[in-house]
Amino acid sequence: MRCGRCRAPAVIEVRRHNAGYCSACFVRHCREQVRRAIEHYTMIEPGERVLVAVSGGKDSLGLWQLLRELGYEADGLHLGLGIGEYSEASAEYARVFAAARGYPLREVTLATEYGFDVDGGARAAKRAPCSACGLSKRHVFNDVASEHGYPVLATGHNLDDEAAVLFGNVLRWDTELLGRQHPVLAAAPGFVRKVKPLIRLSEREMAAYCIVAGIDYIVEECPMAAGNRHLGYKSALNDIEERSPGTKAAFVFGFLERARPQFVGGAETARGGLRACSVCGSPTPADTCAFCRMRARAVGEPISVRSSP
Amino acid sequence: MRVVLRNPRRELDVPAPRNVGQLLYDLEIVPESVLVIRNDTLATRDERLDDHDRIEIRPVISGGAA
Repeated sequence: MRCGRCRAPAVIEVRRHNAGYCSACFVRHCREQVRRAIEHYTMIEPGERVLVAVSGGKDSLGLWQLLRELGYEADGLHLGLGIGEYSEASAEYARVFAAARGYPLREVTLATEYGFDVDGGARAAKRAPCSACGLSKRHVFNDVASEHGYPVLATGHNLDDEAAVLFGNVLRWDTELLGRQHPVLAAAPGFVRKVKPLIRLSEREMAAYCIVAGIDYIVEECPMAAGNRHLGYKSALNDIEERSPGTKAAFVFGFLERARPQFVGGAETARGGLRACSVCGSPTPADTCAFCRMRARAVGEPISVRSSP
Repeated sequence: MRVVLRNPRRELDVPAPRNVGQLLYDLEIVPESVLVIRNDTLATRDERLDDHDRIEIRPVISGGAA
């Protein structure tokens, strides 16, 4: 196979674009997809500082490098989740990556800062581990971005992530979540803007980008994610994509352009009814936000009373 | 040829030569869900793999339901 742009030997085929790319042209393709996503959805304004949520995996490390290559002042934030050796190894990949490139990396640890880990939070709140993990990330990322004056938080959600979430929301007809699903979640009182610049790149493209760009990332999967519903959706969508290349992109971008507007009203109503959490001040529909309730249960405190861990 | 698979890590001996697409078909692996790396370089579906090649089939699907 030859690169469709320069005719050099290709290293990857992207079937939904009906194209092969050599290493150099593939890196340019990835940069171009991120640049187009940022511009099309007005994700980042010129001069804005960006905080990148960095796990040590392919998507977040690849995103961080792509944003830097595109000229953004992007710093990293790693959240230590306390998932044993997996968390320690993930953090080390993030540290080595940042140190080698001179990128500033902030680190926060759930156990140190909040007094519990993902497993403890999941058990205490009777949530699935992935749910406790997601709740913790959303809360802490927003907290740190707000505290340090970053107007934008960028996450490494890619096309496959968005397709899988959309698939799940459609299967349950969760109209509020359908209305909220977008590559940009606008800033609001208590919330920084959240953006997903990898929406135009698949998981496979991000893994390939890391290999071509010399980014060493953690390949092992989180031990708590094994067998979860989200991975099942991804697998099902990949089976369809194999038979019909371009289906995932058509599903996500068709939804954003033609279906999502019908669900936006419900999501806006839900966001408009938020008030400040009695413990941390974050926006919440309840008296105490879900993260503070989980934390209180995990550390054995009465809900609505915040003390230092 | 020796083929390394990940998550969990294991190794297989597979008769060579064969191309990448055939290898994935024989192992019943959906091509969209992996990258094939030959001697530290990405390999496309049509590339021929030989006995002396070091092959890694690396999964690309990851993530919890955040």
